[in-house]
Amino acid sequence: MTLDRLASGLDARITVVDSSSPVMLRLMEMGLVPGASVRIEKRAPFGGPLELRVGGYLLSIRLDEAKKLTVET
Amino acid sequence: MFVVALAGNPNSGKTTLFNQLTGLNQRVGNYPGVTVERRAGAATIAGKPAQIIDLPGTYSLISRSRDEAIAFEVLTGRTNDPKPNVVVLVIDASNLERNLYLALSVLEIGLPAVVALNMMDVAEASGLVVEPKKIEEVLGVEVVPIVAPSRRGLPELEAAVARTLAEPHAPKARSWQLGANAESVIGDIKEALIARGSPPASADGEAVWLLSSVGTSEKGRADEEHLILDGPLGEVAELAKKTLVNEPDFSAQVIAARYQRTREISAQSTQRSRPVERDLTDRLDNVLLHPLGGPLVFFAVMAVLFQSIFAWAEPLMGLIESGVGLVQEQVAVLLPEGALRDLLIDGAIGGAGNVIVFVPQIGILFAFLAILEDSGYLARAAFISDRLMARIGLHGRAFVPLLSGFACAIPAVMATRVIESRRDRLVTILVTPLVSCSARLPVYTLIIASLFASDERVLGVFSKGGLLMLSMYGLSILVTIGAAFVLKRTLLKSPTPPLVLELPPYRIPALSSVVRRVVERCVVFIRDAGTVIMLLSIVLWALLYFPREVELPPALLAQQAALSNETPEEQRTAVEAEVRAERLRQSIAGRIGHTIEPLIAPLGFDWKIGIGLLASFAAREVFVSTMGLVYGVGDAADEESAPLRERIQAERHPDTGLPVYTPLVGLALMVFFLLAAQCVSTVAIVRRETNSWRWPAFMVASMTVMAWVGAFVVYQGGRLLGFQ
Repeated sequence: MTLDRLASGLDARITVVDSSSPVMLRLMEMGLVPGASVRIEKRAPFGGPLELRVGGYLLSIRLDEAKKLTVET
Repeated sequence: MFVVALAGNPNSGKTTLFNQLTGLNQRVGNYPGVTVERRAGAATIAGKPAQIIDLPGTYSLISRSRDEAIAFEVLTGRTNDPKPNVVVLVIDASNLERNLYLALSVLEIGLPAVVALNMMDVAEASGLVVEPKKIEEVLGVEVVPIVAPSRRGLPELEAAVARTLAEPHAPKARSWQLGANAESVIGDIKEALIARGSPPASADGEAVWLLSSVGTSEKGRADEEHLILDGPLGEVAELAKKTLVNEPDFSAQVIAARYQRTREISAQSTQRSRPVERDLTDRLDNVLLHPLGGPLVFFAVMAVLFQSIFAWAEPLMGLIESGVGLVQEQVAVLLPEGALRDLLIDGAIGGAGNVIVFVPQIGILFAFLAILEDSGYLARAAFISDRLMARIGLHGRAFVPLLSGFACAIPAVMATRVIESRRDRLVTILVTPLVSCSARLPVYTLIIASLFASDERVLGVFSKGGLLMLSMYGLSILVTIGAAFVLKRTLLKSPTPPLVLELPPYRIPALSSVVRRVVERCVVFIRDAGTVIMLLSIVLWALLYFPREVELPPALLAQQAALSNETPEEQRTAVEAEVRAERLRQSIAGRIGHTIEPLIAPLGFDWKIGIGLLASFAAREVFVSTMGLVYGVGDAADEESAPLRERIQAERHPDTGLPVYTPLVGLALMVFFLLAAQCVSTVAIVRRETNSWRWPAFMVASMTVMAWVGAFVVYQGGRLLGFQ
């Protein structure tokens, strides 16, 4: 499934990153690479951004980008 | 003298280390051609004088825009600074994986480096045991554990820098591999680089960097050059671009492989002494990012910030203004009458006052920003406002600057520095002057009070004056959003900036760091923008002052001649005010007013209003006192002054005898003031922050056109509809 559909507080592992846009490359450089573990800590209301825990720190991204990350629990 | 560059992620404590090393011997400037600030200072390292360059905080060396390219250019000696002799890689020990990613990128291009393993205390407190020796073995460079704020480990770091300087280590080969295809691409580029003179030891790293950088540009237009490379890299860049066609996801492969490696290094050198537990940051985020509580706290914080620059700065600004007045009076007593005295008092000292009057607002706003940023809340504020701002096409970080614009555009434009993307920062800078700042208030107040029955009730509860004021603010918000919307889709076309936002752990801000940044911003403002503001203020003063030899009408001359010591004070003041008014009407500004009258007549303005428009370039509220001067009421008139209001109501067109000011003209004038860029200080600060004259020129031109069109539509449209 894609990251935007992951339930909050659940640990998951990134399997595939759709790296076709510069934004996604930037996210990869922030640690969202295949093999990294990721968890959704908070969701902003009304379809706002996500707060993720990745590689030991907190990162915020939008749902549009989260849709391009495939994860497995 | 040798050069040390500090490189590291944002929030790695790099700037704290820089401050510890350089103390007060530092200077903030701009790199040529970009909007990135250059921060450098002097220090003594192991007994030798050194220049320390603090690189902009970055997560990566890949350059996708001109601004991002700066880090690489400084490291490889491509800016005006000499190539660094040693790079100090500042790494957050509590977040090894991501921090080591940048470290590997820097080491791969073959630079002599030392790792400063910072925040050892934070790592220990969270139950992480980091072993510097293990990292040292893998990276092949010295790794020194430090705690920058308390100077722990700094002598050892300096010693390590000195050792590396004396005996640079051999660059270590890249420690990760890609697939065969990608490796052969790297090999081709590496050979091409060596053939053109790149040192073999660093050619591999340079090839990887070049291939990762040429392929991707985040600019909206493809033709914009984001890399300006010389030497072998520049010669091979085209070849690298062509080669990439066969390996489109090269960058992604590199990033994944490098991260794989940093995960291994991190795992080898770190142990957990106890399981992860919910820390303070988690608990605070539960409240501050709560779906309901989060926005509430956000609005409370923003309300306090707004109140502070809007209201708290007021007494300080008043103090500065009266201080300037006092100095002017003193100088007036000391010097003989004449043009020189007037130049000094009204031109120079007045101009200097025009500069320092902004310091309280800048100081307060940047104290707030520094506290918000250092505490970790600024990133959360961007998280919360992102949904709103993304609709306009801007980053969540544009919220604070735009809000500050309601107080004053000067600190607001300076605050856009928190926006990373150059284009989004430019958009925010260009629309901020459209936010209705507090200097427009006296103008609105004067017009509403003079031309509208402002106390008249509408629907029983609202006053007409209040509603008019409110609609000016409403219009301002609409125009600001509209302008941002248009700019984002035309001139500064770029996608809505991605929200790639680190939410750093909450920390208590250090007072010294806050004070340092406040002082730094005020110095930058006075030094870089202040000179321009002063010069333009003096030019404006001269326009209103010269020529001195004017022909006064015979009637006025007679009145003036009739003045004697027995003349009542009131009459004397009235005659003197009329003489000053006559001089002003015949000044260069007055002539310009006459010249532009055909241009502004379609807006319902006469040439006397033209003088006011010109004078208000010094600051919008100057319109009020200038109109006081033009109408012979004296320059002490403010927006509350009854004589000025009466004069405005009584003013008639000499040829038709009709009133100059009708409610419709008043409305057009307010709209004009809302939209026009009448503020030399804004022009000066936009020049400083965009590092060019092009953008301020564009801003003035486009806002003037908007103001003209806006006032035209109001005035002519209103007349068509039968209003007066």
